[in-house]
Amino acid sequence: MTIPPVPYAIAPENAATVSAEEQQFNDLIAADSRIEPRDWMPDGYRKTLIRQISQHAHSEIIGMQPEGNWITRAPSLKRKAILLAKVQDEAGHGLYLYSAAQTLGISRDLMTDQLIAGTARYSSIFNYPSPTWADMGSIGWLVDGAAICNQVPLCRASYGPYGRAMVRICKEESFHQRQGFEILLELMNGTPAQREMAQESVNRWYWPALQMFGPPDDDSPNSAQSMAWNIKRFSNDDLRQRFVGMLVPQAEVLGVTLPDPDLRWNEERGAYDMGDIDWTEFHEVLAGRGPANARRLQRRRDAHNGGQWVREAAAAYAAKQAVKAVA
Amino acid sequence: MIDHGQADVAADPDAHGHVDVDTVQLSAELVEAASVASHDIAEYALWLGDDSLVLAQHLGWWISRAPELEEDIALGNIALDLIGHARSLLHYAGAESGRTEDDLAYWRDEPEWRSAHLFEQPNGDFAHTIARQFIAAHYLFELYSALMNSTDATLAAIAAKAVKEVDYHRDHSIQWVLRLAQGTEESRRRMITGLSDLWPFLEELFVDEPLIDRLEGIAVRPSSLRALVEAAMSPVLAEAELGVPRGFISSGGGRRGDHSENLGPLLAELQVLARAHPGATW
Repeated sequence: MTIPPVPYAIAPENAATVSAEEQQFNDLIAADSRIEPRDWMPDGYRKTLIRQISQHAHSEIIGMQPEGNWITRAPSLKRKAILLAKVQDEAGHGLYLYSAAQTLGISRDLMTDQLIAGTARYSSIFNYPSPTWADMGSIGWLVDGAAICNQVPLCRASYGPYGRAMVRICKEESFHQRQGFEILLELMNGTPAQREMAQESVNRWYWPALQMFGPPDDDSPNSAQSMAWNIKRFSNDDLRQRFVGMLVPQAEVLGVTLPDPDLRWNEERGAYDMGDIDWTEFHEVLAGRGPANARRLQRRRDAHNGGQWVREAAAAYAAKQAVKAVA
Repeated sequence: MIDHGQADVAADPDAHGHVDVDTVQLSAELVEAASVASHDIAEYALWLGDDSLVLAQHLGWWISRAPELEEDIALGNIALDLIGHARSLLHYAGAESGRTEDDLAYWRDEPEWRSAHLFEQPNGDFAHTIARQFIAAHYLFELYSALMNSTDATLAAIAAKAVKEVDYHRDHSIQWVLRLAQGTEESRRRMITGLSDLWPFLEELFVDEPLIDRLEGIAVRPSSLRALVEAAMSPVLAEAELGVPRGFISSGGGRRGDHSENLGPLLAELQVLARAHPGATW
């Protein structure tokens, strides 16, 4: 059996040359069924998933930082408890996703090394700082909101462990979004200073949140293959459009202005027209030149390197206990 | 090919003390007061509530900084439990003077806090945090076990809920004391240092202030906990081959409002945003 060296689209004309295992894979995809860890799968499919799931896991882990920034300063005990639980949820999502990636044959240690070395990517939204409490609202409402739009379709991703992980994650994310909305609502119903804090924060997070759906469809090289494999279900632009359609009425309830002067309802399309996204900024942040890239990775590295002696101790202790158990 | 739609192969996050964020659940976790506390009972509730809140504030720092992800979750979980205990206790303490849990947490100055010095000690390295957890969780477990028999129904109910969670905190700290003490040379050295640095603050937990005499049957007499706490810690220290540290004993004073130098900066951080917006709700 030879595994094709590069990802290729499943096309009927290939049918004559495929192996039985490959045919089985193609049939499962065609039937919109699930691929499981022990099933045969093309190399490209495996690599695509490892890249996507590990990036998603890294995003959860790095994403703990901008919110972790406010746990010690949360302005009420109730908010402190909710924020703590939310950040803890994100650590849980990270673990869950690392486990899903491990079923594809990559170790958690390797993924961690890639993150710390700066060779793995994570969602570039987390390279923005969170200087105000209102950012806890914006991150929940806009960032988690965008994540949900992206992730709900992933519950039906063809790879079983990923799809099932996403079911659980989406349930929690939708709560996260709601609590972000509540934080902003409370601020918008508050003092002038609180309202100003909320609007200023929404101004900063709105455009980066729209960028979370990835480049426009005509500049998204991997999308077509991911859609053919039933990993991705909707295009970047479709999801972005859906997200904006969801935000506009919520912004009205909040009383915040979305910082896009070109945002208006297009009767003909039955959708909102929006202004141009600054893709130069997106690529700059992606390339490591965002406001907090260095800080985020440094924290991760410090935690990992600083905890080395603890992990070594735990491993040494476990080894000694195993020897005792045998003796 | 295997069956499709089988149980998930990914690890179960519940194994790491995972919690769902749910405000309803978080509110349901708070113990409702059966009555309004008297002035003395309110003061006693402050002792306990402040200990938990100060410790939770320290532990919350570890999230995104712990040696492994499982510990981010575990320490976060412990902090979350402690905030829950603190909220119940401060809510009860405040009713007598018409103050909310947030009034007490955010608008009291340092001399009005009643935390014991142990809880105020900084995180230090992971071994220091574990040493503080080890002493604190043993103390809190014995305290709440006894407080379940309080004639004050609210304190008894808070204790009954807290003791189960603190039992897990105690187990978590014991496992780490054993691992660190018997892991590598470095971890053993750090565990010994951590324990020596935190041990001087044990004594304050067993001091009977005059308040205790006025709360017979309601409060737990601190001096009555000494033998229980020491007896519970002793076999762990023996198994870990750690001696009981000898040396300084801190004179304490937290219950009277005399605090270690660590409390001021901790409160400054905890209170900074709330105090910048007097009268605001969040």
